[in-house]
Amino acid sequence: MEKFIKVSSIATPFPRVNIDTDIIIPAKHLKSIKRTGFGEHAFETIRFTAEGARIEDNIFDGEKYKGAKILITGDNFGCGSSREHAPWAIAELGFRCIIAPSFADIFAGNCVKNNILTVELPQEQVDALVIAAEAGHQIHIDLNEQTVCCENAFYEFEYNPTHKEMLLGGLDEVGQTLQSGAAISAYEDKTKMMTPWLYRG
Amino acid sequence: MLKTMYDKIWGHHVVEDRGNGMALLYIDRHLVHEVTSPQAFDGLRAAGRKIHRPDSIIAVPDHNVPTKDRHLPNPDPMSTAQLTALEANVKEFGLEYIPMDDVRQGIVHVVGPEQGFTQPGVTLVCGDSHTSTHGAFGALAFGIGTSEVEHVLATQTLQLKKSKNMRVSVTGILSKGCTAKDVALAIIGAIGTGGGTAHVIEFAGPVIEALTMEGRMTLCNMSIEAGARAGLVAPDAKTFEYVKGRPYAPKGGQWDAAVAYWASLSSDDGAMFDKEIVIYGSEIAPQVTWGTSPEDVVPITGYVPQIKSFADPAKQEAVEKALAYMGLAEGQAMTDVKVDRVFIGSCTNSRIEDIREVAEVVKGRKVASSIIEALVVPGSGLVKYQAEEEGLDQILVEAGFEWREPGCSMCLAMNPDKAGAGEHVASTSNRNFVGRQGPGARTHLVSPAMAAAAAIAGHFVDVRDL
Ligand code: SF4
Repeated sequence: MEKFIKVSSIATPFPRVNIDTDIIIPAKHLKSIKRTGFGEHAFETIRFTAEGARIEDNIFDGEKYKGAKILITGDNFGCGSSREHAPWAIAELGFRCIIAPSFADIFAGNCVKNNILTVELPQEQVDALVIAAEAGHQIHIDLNEQTVCCENAFYEFEYNPTHKEMLLGGLDEVGQTLQSGAAISAYEDKTKMMTPWLYRG
Repeated sequence: MLKTMYDKIWGHHVVEDRGNGMALLYIDRHLVHEVTSPQAFDGLRAAGRKIHRPDSIIAVPDHNVPTKDRHLPNPDPMSTAQLTALEANVKEFGLEYIPMDDVRQGIVHVVGPEQGFTQPGVTLVCGDSHTSTHGAFGALAFGIGTSEVEHVLATQTLQLKKSKNMRVSVTGILSKGCTAKDVALAIIGAIGTGGGTAHVIEFAGPVIEALTMEGRMTLCNMSIEAGARAGLVAPDAKTFEYVKGRPYAPKGGQWDAAVAYWASLSSDDGAMFDKEIVIYGSEIAPQVTWGTSPEDVVPITGYVPQIKSFADPAKQEAVEKALAYMGLAEGQAMTDVKVDRVFIGSCTNSRIEDIREVAEVVKGRKVASSIIEALVVPGSGLVKYQAEEEGLDQILVEAGFEWREPGCSMCLAMNPDKAGAGEHVASTSNRNFVGRQGPGARTHLVSPAMAAAAAIAGHFVDVRDL
């Protein structure tokens, strides 16, 4: 995986609360057996009319926020289904970082696996960044320092140290865990005695 | 130190403590379905990795299986590709598979408990957020994304951060006509869809203890709609009775050892919770949602709220959008909302008890002529079989319902079962999101009895008045 250190770009402001994963990528598009191809359907109800025509100047396709790598949004972003297609779709739109007052747990976990940084900031700071984004200012995010800055604002954010290590190192999590093979076997030897009914054959 | 049930189950499964509240956690059980697994199997193949413990897995197709005409070729090539991919993957990796023509086939969250695969004290995962359902047994069960599915397949573990403890106590007794679904909706209405974020919720109190296992599953199913990582109910005699004798249940001498272990899992008296909520069970009336988030809910005796009644401007904006989408006006009585379509099914409410409740309401009555379609989709082939043994299918069909084959169906409309744009659906599922049951469809979440009553009346009614 590519290493994640810094992102500097303009940002797309999308300050709506409770954006669920059905809005990020509707279920009817989950039929692919691949990991790609979801971007074109991302935020479909916001980008297209019911007849499938592109909505003029919607924030995701309009000129104004073209090339934005940062998405700024509302409380409880990513709630609903556990579909990893949601971060896949968001990544295909070009976003590498999402800023919101809070994220749904499963969604935030899925983002880490897909090299997307989720930054939680208090509502007032998010509001200020929305204004900055609307004004077209560059926003700079540094994962190593855990900071967000733009124009005359400077914010620090909390981030899970293990996830930070993964993103900074571009690590393959499965490969990393397999190095704990001995501990996993030891655990299994112990529980085969304690709860043998959980093992078959 | 006094521990909660969550603390205990978590503690029993730590393989390695990684500090900062993070741990490598052992996963006992893994349910696999066709939608969220193909990319995970691909990942394994690409890395040349094996499945660590094939005996910990059951695979079953559910999300996009057709619910009728199964003998005909599936008209949707994309669905077929997912179903075929699952079949090929289980064969290649040697997994236990329940095919579509097997009587045990159904929604993963109905199948797991039925097979005795779901047991107290286990860690259970599935690439589906409603895995929280299995918490009804005192299992730590939660949904995961596709990368995590791959991680569990390859390592039998997940790297996780421990959630916080929350307890929701429901006191008193439920009034007649109120069900576990109404309890779930009332809780979400009270704490909001973010109310449980970063927490595992233990449901407790006399109302929860009085619920059947089916009812507890309905409740835990919707803990994800409250934002929680998982829901839990302490295992008791009802739980043990339910598990006993099922195919995966402990047998012989192991049964007693298992029960002794399970009985030790309940939260210690006096254990501390980071958050505590008390709900008065006797005040809960049958619930119905009016908006596009499960927290947008009122009692059936209530009205669509005024936008101004919400303090938060962002929520006001969301409510305004929701009302426009739902075609409802502020102050409208919920009993004035007409219903076009009825869906009884989903992992929330498709078990035998739910079907019995529906049959009881509709017996000797007819579905209103204005209803376009009223579907009953049992959660599994075994539920279907049992309902037919009891003659419930006859009652439903005579009343004007369609009786279908098991699957997720109109819960998320990945198969041909969909609602049309602008139609109001009385649905026993768990999500009323924009477009969830078809583009433009207007979902109202209700209990099975309330959905049945709406089918008969042609609009929402208080099932207690029927
Ligand atoms: S019934 Fe609905 S909520 Fe349940 S697993 Fe299927 S799609 Fe998900």
